[in-house]
This record gives sequence, structure tokens and C-alpha cells, in this order.
Amino acid sequence: MDINTLRAFATPLAFIAFIAIGVWTFSKSRKKGFDEAANLPFADDDFDNQSKDSQAEDHK
Amino acid sequence: MSTAFDHPTYNYSVVRAFTIMTVVWGVVGMAIGVLIASQLVWPGLLADIPYLHFGRLRPLHTNAVIFGFGGSALFATSYYVVQRTTQTRLFSEVLSGFTFWGWQIIIVAAAITLPLGYTQTKEYAELEWPIDILITLVWVAYAINFFGTIAKRKMKHIYVANWFYGAFIITVAVLHIGNSAVIPVSAFKSYSVYSGAADAMVQWWYGHNAVGFFLTAGFLGMMYYFVPKQTGRPVFSYRLSIVHFWALISLYIWAGPHHLHYTALPNWTQSLGMVMSLILLAPSWGGMINGVMTLSGAWHKLRHDPILRFLVVSLSFYGMSTFEGPMMSIKTVNALSHYTDWTIGHVHAGALGWVAMVSIGAVYHMLPALYGMKPGQMYSTRLINTHFWLATIGTVLYIASMWVNGIMQGLMWRAFNDDGSLTYTFVEAVDASYPGWFVRVLGGAVFLLGMLLMSYNTYMTVRQASKSEPNSLKTDAQPA
Repeated sequence: MDINTLRAFATPLAFIAFIAIGVWTFSKSRKKGFDEAANLPFADDDFDNQSKDSQAEDHK
Repeated sequence: MSTAFDHPTYNYSVVRAFTIMTVVWGVVGMAIGVLIASQLVWPGLLADIPYLHFGRLRPLHTNAVIFGFGGSALFATSYYVVQRTTQTRLFSEVLSGFTFWGWQIIIVAAAITLPLGYTQTKEYAELEWPIDILITLVWVAYAINFFGTIAKRKMKHIYVANWFYGAFIITVAVLHIGNSAVIPVSAFKSYSVYSGAADAMVQWWYGHNAVGFFLTAGFLGMMYYFVPKQTGRPVFSYRLSIVHFWALISLYIWAGPHHLHYTALPNWTQSLGMVMSLILLAPSWGGMINGVMTLSGAWHKLRHDPILRFLVVSLSFYGMSTFEGPMMSIKTVNALSHYTDWTIGHVHAGALGWVAMVSIGAVYHMLPALYGMKPGQMYSTRLINTHFWLATIGTVLYIASMWVNGIMQGLMWRAFNDDGSLTYTFVEAVDASYPGWFVRVLGGAVFLLGMLLMSYNTYMTVRQASKSEPNSLKTDAQPA
């Protein structure tokens, strides 16, 4: 196969990959997992709220 | 380092050290920026001292702000975010310490060698080969430490911020090794293995992706953690963040040729770079909208929370400069903008408006948490607010003056008389640029003043924390 054929195919392949990622991402079955993942930054909230906020005098 | 504020699980001491150095290198790098901006207005300034000549200080400015300030901010926040979103301690104490001290030595080495005139002459990759080797070692240690932490995480998912940090770490490694391939001829002199137009293309493949991955992907990781945290709600659309990630990293890598429009680079390569740069607008704005929309329903928080304001305004500047960038990559626009101050204005819309502001917001959120207080609870919120306005006004003065200068220079350089001769000599365009350059000094100085307020606020926050803690960590307050 001519190398240029492969080069020509690279563009549609990238497009198909983009569509595939879109379909995978927006499929309904992934919603729960993504919701869990989206809340990972808040996994530590309990610890933050226990911290000694009385230490800081209020300068607001 | 003291254990007074140590978290039961996490390694916060390395994060604290990098956070303090973020502030320190921010002040140093931006002060050098104001100095070299002044040298353009007053050319006699320090002109007799070769070590402090504009040509030597300019790379020192870029290295100090990108790698010193930005790099420390990325190390600090990535170590903080990866631990907190995996609920795991950093992979290795030794590697953490090595990355901190190694990175600081690299910046200090830059501050010594660049004024002495040692340079590879590649933009943002000026440092000579011995320092490049140290960068490689630190970066490999960073990658092992970061991905090792992810590997031992307790939960199933890898939060999207870590994807961006991970892409940044891997790509910067590839870029640095690729572009720094040189043949050393002595301890401080080397020659690139590439030549001619290929060398230029490799340099701007590196240079543009230093922008795309060091200054964008890494800071988007920051955005995806700190914007939701400071807002108190999860990111607007996690699905959009995944599409954003894959689209951004697969497109950025092709945009480099727009730095070489109308040069010896083959014409088709220039056009390809232009088209890829234009497409890049889509993922950039997807990410920007995702960040801003995280605030939907919580807009009122902006009224009282200057930290959130820093984060949201950084996204506005990100949206603005990622619109401006693709426009400037269009060849006909570039014919006007290239080699003018417009480029420098564009860079600073990104560097001051996006990179610095999102980092400042992240540091204000993170620093109190690192010293055992609530996130965001700095010594003075009022000073954060003042800093916010100084940073915004400084950035606007900077970029507006560079727009005016850039367009004026571009128009003067291309003006022809009826007989085909040039209307203006080059020096006339220089002369006409002075007012804009003066406004730039003002803008830079205003931004720097904000950073000085941040240093004071940081110092007071750390001092306050140390005072109220019986096992004071006075030595830890200044790891420098």
C-alpha cells in the first residue's frame, strides 16, 4: 500500500475516533459512573469542615 | 520539614513547598518582566552591564514565569489534586522531595546561566544541555510519582483533572526530549541535531505545545478541580469534559506551524497548521464553557468571593485568547500581526489573564487548607479582592497597549507609497511604539503590585497558622 493512501485514511479515521468517543461518552449506561467521578473532588469535604477554622481571626 | 500540619493521609509538605515557591517565583519573574519592559521604554537602563542586557534578561523572564511560577503552581496543584481525588498519599516521599529540589535547582541554574549568556537560542528551551538533562530526570521522577499515585488509588474512576495533568506530564516529556536533542561540544555549548527549516519546525512543535500542554492542559486540570471546589458544586458536564480532553490533546499537537507563516517552511505545512489552529477553537471553548457554566445557579457567589472571581475571570481571558489565537493563525491576519507587539499582547492575555489568574485563585484556595485551615480562608479576603482588581486592570492595560502597538506597527511596516517605496522607516515604527510600551510598564507594574500583596497575605496566613499551632513550624514557613 502506498504511504499516501494511509495518510489519506488518517483524516477519516480521526473523524471516526471522534464520533466513537462521543457515542461512548454520551451513552446512557455511563451516566452513573460519570456522576460518581464528577463528585470525587468533594470526597474530602468532611475533613475540610473539621479543620480548625477558629484558628484564623476573621479579617473579612 | 515540620509535621505540625501534616494531614493523616496526604503528603502536604511538598505541596506547601511548591505553593510558597509559586508565589516567590511569581514575584521574581514578573519583576524581571517589568524591568525588561522598562528597558524598552528607557533603552539606557542598565545598558552598560552585559549580564543585565535585554537580550539576556528576556529569556530569564520567560523561564522564571513559565517554569518557576507556572511550573511550581502545576507541581503544587497536581500533587494536591491527585492525592485528594484518589484519597491516596503520594507514591513516593523520595521522588516528591527530588522533584521539588531538582526543579528549584533548575530555575536557579537558569537565573545564573542565562545572564551569563549561555543559551541554546531556542525560545522557551534556552537552557543548555546539562540543565536539560536535569529537567529530564526531574520530569521522569514527576511522572513516576504522579502515575504511581493514580495506580494505587482507592476508587474506580480517575477524575478528569488528573487526565489533564497526566497528558501534560507525558507530552512535556516527549516535547522536551525531542526539541532538546543536541550534540554537546563543551560543558555549556551545544548544537541542535536538526538543521534549517526542520529545526525551526521542531522548535515550534515544541514551542506551541509548551503553550498547549504546559500552559493549557496542566492549568485546565487545575480548573477542573478548583472551579468546582470553590463553587461547591460538580463540574457543569462531566461528559463534555471527556470530549474536551480528547479533542484538545489530539488537536493541539498539530498547530505549531502557525508560528512559521511566510517562512522557509513548506506552504502546505503552514496551511495545515492554520487549519488545525482554527479547529482548536472548538475544544478550547468547550472547556471554557464547561468551567464557566459550573457556576450556573451560583452566580451570586461571585459577589462575595474574590477567589472565585479570579477563577472565573481567568476562564474569560482563556476564552478570549483562545479566540484570538486561531484568528491570528489565519495567514492573512498573521501577515499583519506577525513580529509585532500584537503577538506579545496575545501571549500575555493567556499568561497573565489565564495562567496566572487561575494559579492565583488555586493558591488562595489551597494554601489555607495546607496549613490546617478551611480552604480559601486566607489571612485577609479584602487583600485578595484588591489583588483581583490589580491583576485585572494590569492585564487589560498590558494587552490593550499591545493591541494598539501591534496593529500600528503592522500597518506602518506594510504601508507603501505610490512609487512602491516604503512609507515609513523601521525606526519610525519604533518611535511610534513608545507610548504603548510605557502603558505596558504601567500594566505590568500594577500586576506585580498585586503579586506583592499576595506575598504579604501568604506570609501572614502562614504566620497565623504557625502561631496558633503549639508545635510551630517556623522553619517550614520559608522552605526557600
